[in-house]
Amino acid sequence: MKHHAQKLLVVALLIGLWELVARMGVWSPHLLPRPLTVAQSLVAMVTDGRLVGAAGRSLGRLLRAYLMSVALGVPLGLLISRIPFFRNAVKPVVMGLQALPSICWLPLALLWFGLTDGAILFVVVMGSVLGIAIATEDSVNGVDPQLTRVASTLGVRGLRFQFGVLLPAALPGIVTGLKLGWSFAWRALLAGELLFVSGGLGQLLTVGRELMDVPQVMAVMVAIVIIGTAVDRVLFQTVEVRLRRRWGLTATT
Amino acid sequence: MLRALLGRWRSSLRLLQPAHVGAERAKISVARLDHEYANKVVALQNVDLNVRSGEFVCLLGPSGCGKSTLLYALAGHVVPTGGSVSIDRQPIHGPGPDRLLMFQEAALFPWLTVRGNITFALAARGVPRAERRERADTYIQRVQLGGFEDALPHQLSGGMKMRASLARALAVDPAVLLMDEPFGSLDAQTRIHMQELLQSIWVRTGKTVVFVTHDVHEALMLGTRVVLMAPRPGRVVRDLEVHLPMPRQPEDVALNEMVRHVGGLLREVEGRAHTRSLQPAPTRAPARPVLRPQVIPGP
Repeated sequence: MKHHAQKLLVVALLIGLWELVARMGVWSPHLLPRPLTVAQSLVAMVTDGRLVGAAGRSLGRLLRAYLMSVALGVPLGLLISRIPFFRNAVKPVVMGLQALPSICWLPLALLWFGLTDGAILFVVVMGSVLGIAIATEDSVNGVDPQLTRVASTLGVRGLRFQFGVLLPAALPGIVTGLKLGWSFAWRALLAGELLFVSGGLGQLLTVGRELMDVPQVMAVMVAIVIIGTAVDRVLFQTVEVRLRRRWGLTATT
Repeated sequence: MLRALLGRWRSSLRLLQPAHVGAERAKISVARLDHEYANKVVALQNVDLNVRSGEFVCLLGPSGCGKSTLLYALAGHVVPTGGSVSIDRQPIHGPGPDRLLMFQEAALFPWLTVRGNITFALAARGVPRAERRERADTYIQRVQLGGFEDALPHQLSGGMKMRASLARALAVDPAVLLMDEPFGSLDAQTRIHMQELLQSIWVRTGKTVVFVTHDVHEALMLGTRVVLMAPRPGRVVRDLEVHLPMPRQPEDVALNEMVRHVGGLLREVEGRAHTRSLQPAPTRAPARPVLRPQVIPGP
C-alpha cells in the first residue's frame, strides 16, 4: 500500500511540475500544452475511436510478429545450447546481428516487402527473435548440473530428458527472455510504424506532428506508456511470479 | 583399570572382524581399480572390494581418500583409468538401471510435486502408467511423508526433501543403492532420524547399499561392513565386518565403543598420510587436494 502511495506521489509531483512550467509560459502553449489539455485530447481520441483502432492495429501486428519470434527464437536458443555446430558457428552470427538496432532492417524490409504490414512484421521479428534466442540459450546453459546428474542416474534420457527436465528447469529463465523479447518487439514496432503510413499508434504520432497537434502527440505517448506497462505488469509479471513461486525460486510467505 | 580398558578393546575387536569376501561370491566386484584425474591427482590406487548381495557397506575415510570417486565409478559416472568394476560378473559401462546414485542434496525436480517426482522417475524406468501412482504413494508412506504427496519440494524442510529423494530412489527399485553422504547437509537430530529410517527400510528390503560417509558414528550405525580408506593415494586400509545386531540404537554402548576404536584407526591413517605428505615424496603420489569426482553430463 505504501509503495503504491509513493509511486502515485512521484507521478503527481511530475504532473504538478509540468503544470507549473506550462503556466510560466516560457514556451508557447502550442508547444507545451498543460496536462489537462493532453488528458482532454486523450479522452477525445478514445471516445472517437481513433486511439482504440490504432492501438488494436498495433497490438495485432505486435502479437503476430511476437508469436513468430517466439516460435523461431526459443527453438533456435535450444539448438545453440545443445548442438555444438550451432554453438560454434551460429551463436557468433546471432550475437553479431544482435548489435544491429532493429530499425536498421527497415530500409531492407521496405525494398523486400514494399509498404506493407510484412515490412513492419519483419522489423519486429528481427528486433526480438535474437534476444529471445540468446536468453533461451543462456537459461538452458544455466540449468543446475545437479538436475542433469540426477536425471542421468534415474535413467531419464532422450526426449523425456529434453522436455521433462531441461525445458522445465530452464523455463523461468526462458520466460524472462520472452519478457525482454516483448519489450524489444514493442520498441521495434513503434519505430517501424513512425516511418510510414501504417494505421497504428506510430502513425497517430506522425499525424499529430504534421498537424502541429502537440496535445495529440503527447496523448499518444501517454497511451503507449500505459499499454506497454500494462502488458508488462499484468501479463509477464504475473506469469513470471507464479512460475518462480512454483519453482521455489522466491521466498514464499 | 587397565584390565577394564583391555576388556573393552577386546569387545570392540570381537564385534569388528576383518571381512574376507571372495570375488566369486560378490555381487559387486572391484578389482585392482586405479583412477587418476586429468590433473595427475591419484584418486584411487589398486583398490579391491567385493560386496555381497544384501550388504550395507560404508566407505569411510577423510576427505580426499577417493571414497566418492570409488562410488561414482560403481555408479558408472566416472570411467576409471585402470582395473575393473563388475556387477553380477558383468563389467559395467556407464550408468545403468540396476544402480541408483543418491547425492548429498535431495536433487528433486523443483517443478514437480513429491508424487510427481516419483512417478516421473518410474516413467523413465518404463513402469506402466496405471502402476506409477500407487507405487509412488506406497514409498511416500514408507518414508513417513504421508500427507505431503502434493507438496512442492520448496515447501519441504531439508529432512523431508531427503526423505522424498529416498522414496524416489527406493520406488525405482534398483538392485544396488549408492549413496554419497546423503545426510551430510542435515542437522544432527534429523540425521539420526534419517539413519534410523534408512536402517528400518534396509532391514525390510535387504537391498545392497554402498554408502559414503566421513562420519564414523554414521558408518557404524548403518553398516554391516565398514571399509576404511586413506588418502594420497586413495586406497583401502581396513575392511571390517560389524557384528552388531540391527536395529541399532545411536546411544548403544558397544556401538560407541566401536566408534572410538575406528575413530582411532582413522586418526592413525590420517596422521600417517600427513607425515608422508610432509616428506619429500618418494612415490609419485602428489599431496594436492583431490577434487570432487567429475561427473559425465547426462544425455
